Amino acid sequence: MEAIPVRRPGQWLAAVVVALLALVVVHSVVSNPRFEWHVVGDYFFSARVLEGLLATLALTAISMVIGIVLGTMLAVMRLSPNGLVAGGSWCYIWIFRGTPLLVQLLFWSFISALYPTVSLGVPFGGPTLIEGSANAVITPFVAAILALGLNEAAYMAEIVRAGIASVDDGQTEAAQSLGMTRMQTIRRIVLPQALKVVVPPTGNEVIAMLKNTALVAVIAYEELLYTVQLIYAISFQQIPLLLVATIWYLIVTSILSLGQHAVERRVRT
Amino acid sequence: MSPAMVRLEAVCKRFGDLEVLRDVSLQVEAGQVVCLVGPSGSGKSTLLRCVNHLEKIDAGRVWVDDELVGYRQEGNRLFELPDAEICRKRAEIGMVFQQFNLFGHMTALQNVTEAPVLVKGTPRAVATANAERLLAKVGLSDKLRSRPDELSGGQRQRVAIARALAMDPKLMLFDEPTSALDPELVGGVLDVIRELAEEGMTMMIVTHEIGFAREVGDTVVFLDQGVVVEHGDARELIANPRHQRTRAFLSRVL
Repeated sequence: MEAIPVRRPGQWLAAVVVALLALVVVHSVVSNPRFEWHVVGDYFFSARVLEGLLATLALTAISMVIGIVLGTMLAVMRLSPNGLVAGGSWCYIWIFRGTPLLVQLLFWSFISALYPTVSLGVPFGGPTLIEGSANAVITPFVAAILALGLNEAAYMAEIVRAGIASVDDGQTEAAQSLGMTRMQTIRRIVLPQALKVVVPPTGNEVIAMLKNTALVAVIAYEELLYTVQLIYAISFQQIPLLLVATIWYLIVTSILSLGQHAVERRVRT
Repeated sequence: MSPAMVRLEAVCKRFGDLEVLRDVSLQVEAGQVVCLVGPSGSGKSTLLRCVNHLEKIDAGRVWVDDELVGYRQEGNRLFELPDAEICRKRAEIGMVFQQFNLFGHMTALQNVTEAPVLVKGTPRAVATANAERLLAKVGLSDKLRSRPDELSGGQRQRVAIARALAMDPKLMLFDEPTSALDPELVGGVLDVIRELAEEGMTMMIVTHEIGFAREVGDTVVFLDQGVVVEHGDARELIANPRHQRTRAFLSRVL
């Protein structure tokens, strides 16, 4: 006997509306000459744009590494039995999560106004090992990775802390009963099991970081967005050049999303 | 006579306002099996956890193998030991938990080799050979590469026992080792513990299995509301409890 599913005219109607809307959008994108698609084509693989893209990828990678390493340290500090250590971590997260990234970025780029020289040595009048003018040491690139990396660390600290909290206390007790030290327990037993909870949001952070690197344009570091801005400042082809950047961002975030799915599937098992 | 393997002297432990252990004194000779029984909340698990300093005691002293646990005594004062010293002491004391607490990201074999390699610096090949021997001893030769979530509760608990034994402990602590198991899986775990008793392992076992306590235990300690109500020869105490509270408890569980 034939089973006839319920007819859903509403779904048909919705599909037609969506299809119509899509058609309108595509038509306007193709027919509006001001998109200047040929300009997009001209610049898409130009050496300058590709260099900007590479700078964006480098910023993302370096800042994430700083964020993950420092964030993990902050998360472990946050759980320290020493109140001052835990408080220091809390204070860091409070400041870096509590202020806009754009403001932090500007602060780092103007740091030479606050500290004209940067030196490495023993504080309070001890010997100095290395010294340099802040303007020379804190280039726009250094300011950018400091701002992005230190800001990311605050978010990663919360993510790693949630991961650590997800691991049953019994794991720690078992490790302690076997004579493992606190650090051995964290490194060998707790953190590996925290990964299951830490990895998915970290993937989101990587994608967010890629997009946040665009903020670096305000301190004149030539990543992808600032590169196209420099080009259209001369050629006045704002829309096609912004499209070049937009499409590149979309391509990279799509690739990252695919990678995220693959990594998550491996961690879950 | 050689000194006792475990000695507790007037141990007190509080959680906030709740007095969990009150002036508990106890002695376990080397090679002896002591079963701790009592109603839930009587402090028997806490007592066990004080022996390897998983819980810090508030007063009294604990010795294992003639050495203070967690503290160093100078004159009339106790100084808490640095972490490294506490870890060294804990490495001598095996512990098995009610919820097994196997390391979830490791295979059975890795669970057993992890601590000897990490804590004692045993060469990995030696630790692996030893772990294979111990897992065979608990009847799990065919489960070396299984993850904890692929094992039954009874199998997990036997891996946990092998893991504790891998550190070559002087003393084994069992915290309700069969309470989380399905009834048909209890026997296999008790068999392993029985075998250890026959080999002369010193053990302190918190258990609700009164029949097992009578059979394997040399001594039974009955705790209620943080005090040792009575202790004595296992068979004798279970057959002829002297205190009303012991009698009431045993009549409920037997």
